[in-house]
Amino acid sequence: MPLLKIENLSKSFGGLKAVSNLDIEINQGELIGLIGPNGAGKTTVFNLLTGVYEKTEGTMTFMDKNVSGLKPYQVTLRGMARTFQNIRLFSDLSVIDNVKVAYHQRTSYSTFSALFRFPSYYSGEAEMQRKAMELLKIFNLDDKAEETAKNLPYGEQRRLEIARALATDPQLLLLDEPAAGMNPQETHDLMNLIRWIREKFKLTILLIEHDMSLVMGVCERIYVLDYGMIIAQGAPDEIKSNPKVIEAYLGEEVV
Amino acid sequence: MRNWFNRKNIVALLGIVLLYAVVQGLIVFDIMPPFYKLTLILICIYIILSTSLNLINGITGQFSIGHAGFMAVGAYVSAMVTAIMHGPLLLGILTGAVVAALGGLLVGLPTLRLKGDYLAIATLGFGEIVRIVFLNMELVGGAAGFTLPSKITWTWAFLLMVFSVVIIKNFVGSTHGRACIAIRENEIAAESMGVNTTKYKVMAFTIGAFFAGLAGAIYANYMYIIQPGTFSFLKSFDILVMVVLGGLGSITGGIVGAVVYTLISALLAGIPEWRLVITAVFLVVLMIFRPTGIMGTKEFTLGFLGKKGDKNATSKN
Repeated sequence: MPLLKIENLSKSFGGLKAVSNLDIEINQGELIGLIGPNGAGKTTVFNLLTGVYEKTEGTMTFMDKNVSGLKPYQVTLRGMARTFQNIRLFSDLSVIDNVKVAYHQRTSYSTFSALFRFPSYYSGEAEMQRKAMELLKIFNLDDKAEETAKNLPYGEQRRLEIARALATDPQLLLLDEPAAGMNPQETHDLMNLIRWIREKFKLTILLIEHDMSLVMGVCERIYVLDYGMIIAQGAPDEIKSNPKVIEAYLGEEVV
Repeated sequence: MRNWFNRKNIVALLGIVLLYAVVQGLIVFDIMPPFYKLTLILICIYIILSTSLNLINGITGQFSIGHAGFMAVGAYVSAMVTAIMHGPLLLGILTGAVVAALGGLLVGLPTLRLKGDYLAIATLGFGEIVRIVFLNMELVGGAAGFTLPSKITWTWAFLLMVFSVVIIKNFVGSTHGRACIAIRENEIAAESMGVNTTKYKVMAFTIGAFFAGLAGAIYANYMYIIQPGTFSFLKSFDILVMVVLGGLGSITGGIVGAVVYTLISALLAGIPEWRLVITAVFLVVLMIFRPTGIMGTKEFTLGFLGKKGDKNATSKN
């Protein structure tokens, strides 16, 4: 049984079909790439999955349950977390508070005990602080825990966004262009990080990326999207030599 | 064991008790002129109002300008309980606050789907509706106003003010408050991180309305008379100005704003024809040189007192 099964998914904005008849299947533990030229509809797929947009047609099944029509926070509770193409940190909050927000849905104390500072508030906050620090340590951000998020260098902001997504304790992690704006060295480190967090957190990962070295380097299977439709899928080597993919990216050869 | 019984809170508590005792002493021994006492109680009322509006506007980032409406609900409902039904003062105050909170919930559920300007207009409209409802209510005197005995003392006002600030501060300092701040910072990201944004917006709005109602109840039971005209949108703007003056998103800033603004108004009471002009000039100058308000989003804390102890406690765990 696949972890995520998307069948016949379509999304129209007025007359424009951003995504049409999409079929994707992801098994537990896989690392899947979703690539395609600009405007192919990749981020739209993420937004449909996470409930930011409402689908026009089709079904989405995640862990044997229908997830279409859910609100984003409900999708997160079911175990799907994401990062954003244009970083969306809580930029005026400290690094650790960014992570703590993601722990919020599993808070152990009630609003009432927060208002009157019952013991459960203190133990709950201490627990959250401990878990958040542990997670930041994994991402090498623990010494910057009190720093304001917007003051971090770009690469670290990207890392923090991944850390924050992991704090929601997901089964499936959706990464939207994690390497955007990174230099080759940073991209290389990111590749190792992605492989490593998959092992460590037993994750399934679906990532959108333009950096082909990263996609071909880490992904086991790749879906290629063009004009909202899947035009190819398969192992990285098959994708590299697929004429349809080359055509989508480079255009048709003129003889 | 780590709880509220730490050095920071003890110092804060001592400061609060001292402040209370000094003023109470001055009142008991009749040293304080009545005008000063009035100003001090008004400061308490405005601190509650600005702190509660700050929770909605500054912490959660929802632009509401209908705060005087909730204040009016609290004022009139508590007046009905204490003066018409002759209920006890505390019951009147609590009823006023709870009814205002219910009003907040009722208004919040549909309007918090709106953003920015739209929400501002919807809340402004709500405030005016409330005012006009009381204006046409014969039971509470209509436009002429409603007279009731003044039962609020400095002790009442001060205790209720401290209670309000502590509760709001506790809310902001918890995971629920962080959820609200996350909504202000980036609503889409907050929702993607598992924050039920509608729930927390409505919660902040309801808590804000509760304390606005509380402040209104104190006002009504102190002032001898309440009139619908007091709770016009100008009052909402006064409260908003205090919050912006002190610093949107800073609880201590909201307090500073309320104190400064009330004091300026009181100091200029002798020259009413210039009062608004001078206040306006002051605000314009402040916004030019310090657009984030006196405190910005920073908090004044007693952190330097207890920080070392706190850190040790965290690393021990």
